[in-house]
Amino acid sequence: MGNYIKLVVLGLVALFALIAANFGRDLAYQVNAITFALAAIVTFVYTLRNTGGPAQTVDLSGEYMDGVVRAGVIATAFWGVVGFLVGVTIAFQLAFPALNFEWAQGYANFGRLRPLHTSAVIFAFGGNALIATSFYVVQRTSAARLWGGNLAWFVFWGFQLMIVLAATGYLLGATQSKEYAEPEWYVDHWLTIVWVAYLAVFVGTLVKRKEPHIYVANWFYLSFILTVAMLHLVNNLSIPVSIYGSKSVQVFSGVQDAMTQWWYGHNAVGFFLTAGFLGMMYYFVPKQAERPVFSYKLSIIHFWALIFLYIWAGPHHLHYTALPDWASTLGMVFSIVLWMPSWGGMINGLMTLSGAWDKLRTDPIIRMMVISVGFYGMSTFEGPMMSIRAVNSLSHYTDWTIGHVHSGALGWNGMITFGALYFLVPKLWNKERLYSLSLVSWHFWLATIGIILYAASMWVTGIMEGLMWREVDANGFLVNSFADTVSAKFPMYVVRGLGGVLFLAGAIIMCYNLWMTVKRSPAVEATNHVVPAE
Amino acid sequence: MESYSLLREFADSWMLLLLFVFFVAMFLWVFFRPGATKTYNDVANIPFRHEDKPTPAQTSSGEKEA
Repeated sequence: MGNYIKLVVLGLVALFALIAANFGRDLAYQVNAITFALAAIVTFVYTLRNTGGPAQTVDLSGEYMDGVVRAGVIATAFWGVVGFLVGVTIAFQLAFPALNFEWAQGYANFGRLRPLHTSAVIFAFGGNALIATSFYVVQRTSAARLWGGNLAWFVFWGFQLMIVLAATGYLLGATQSKEYAEPEWYVDHWLTIVWVAYLAVFVGTLVKRKEPHIYVANWFYLSFILTVAMLHLVNNLSIPVSIYGSKSVQVFSGVQDAMTQWWYGHNAVGFFLTAGFLGMMYYFVPKQAERPVFSYKLSIIHFWALIFLYIWAGPHHLHYTALPDWASTLGMVFSIVLWMPSWGGMINGLMTLSGAWDKLRTDPIIRMMVISVGFYGMSTFEGPMMSIRAVNSLSHYTDWTIGHVHSGALGWNGMITFGALYFLVPKLWNKERLYSLSLVSWHFWLATIGIILYAASMWVTGIMEGLMWREVDANGFLVNSFADTVSAKFPMYVVRGLGGVLFLAGAIIMCYNLWMTVKRSPAVEATNHVVPAE
Repeated sequence: MESYSLLREFADSWMLLLLFVFFVAMFLWVFFRPGATKTYNDVANIPFRHEDKPTPAQTSSGEKEA
């Protein structure tokens, strides 16, 4: 019966999406509507082929739901490489403007590709990593199968659809011009539906847990899901100009809009890229080190202090603007106080290895996780420092900011995700070990050197251009024009691009290694019980 | 009184106090609750318990796993 309702809904969705494509007022909207219709039709056919047969009565409650985690691992690796590749492309477009090809003008120039890069790495790579690992971790730490049956699959495929809609929309010019929240209104609505399903699966699994205590990693994951839902809803309050067009108008305007945007933007960093990935840290670092977290008490303090403080830090993005002074001071002060829980968490992650430091020498995966936590500590020191008004007056609008973001994103988010993928693939595909540990070492060094090249060149070029902008001669006239800074930055731009190439090369080596692990690595010896296929 | 001033008054007084008390109480709860250390030492090992499959619905003792 349920399948018949699904078929009716899917058929209607496909029909309305095609009608919308027909009436569409702009190309991005039409392409997105056709994509949406195709997704509905494919799902319709898939559901139809599984309808009318004998009812399935297999009891799956005795095993974990790992199929969706496997899919998430593949999607993470795939979108990672795509996102890094677009990043390398735009890095070289900045160094060599000729790479903004004339024939691709308006579609593949820097302005269109930049949001594609940020969304691909943050939401496609990071988001898939978070969804996949949260599904893995919440099952293991709750001793319960995912709640909601195929709802988890809806979350996975719904999220991929959101990524494709957003990516094609950017290239064709659909954007609401809010950093890290570029997708237009209908993509926002779709993500809201997917996110509610995600919350339901996660909380449903927690509710039926067999462990009385909710492990701390799940607290971090849950705060990430809940806060992102709140941020997404408030920052995307907009009214579409037409239901047949991609353009929408923001409800807030002026400084209120700016404040809402950076309340969203900074907490996307705080709860998407920090809290969610800390959930990964609190599970995968202890697992890989084979010892419990250094201090469980500290992890609880870390959690509450982080979520109490982070939410106020957003206004530091708006120093010296129309925002009232008290608000930007508040943001600055909370950013500095935030240093404390961040370093508490870093110490907790690093000290988990106390008594097992020798693993750093023998296990490249733990090395990856440790350098990731190290980068977490470094960027959470750099960030508060840059939020201080006097420092910000030098660093703001320069490439120092870009360097800061990438030491956090490549170092912390990238490395902990790679570590988690190396941990997960042998477990999920039932393999004894990875295909090659020396390839993991190669990945580690390529990525680390790439990040160092990236961050160092951005420090140099950022501080240089900041100083050039404020340089005045004896008569009080500005010495440099903007174009002077651009030409002075050229060597550092090339170095940054090379750093990106190294990081991308490491990720491709990882994909090869994981692929060969699934294909070639010996399977785990069968134990005495038979595990039914999922 | 317009709503901004009203909310601002509340946020600067009672809400601030409430959040601060919650925060301090959390510290006290984690560090000074009798039996807290024992509990936390136990739950810190949750990741090492149910690696391969969930706890079956009807067993009271739970499955023993490495």
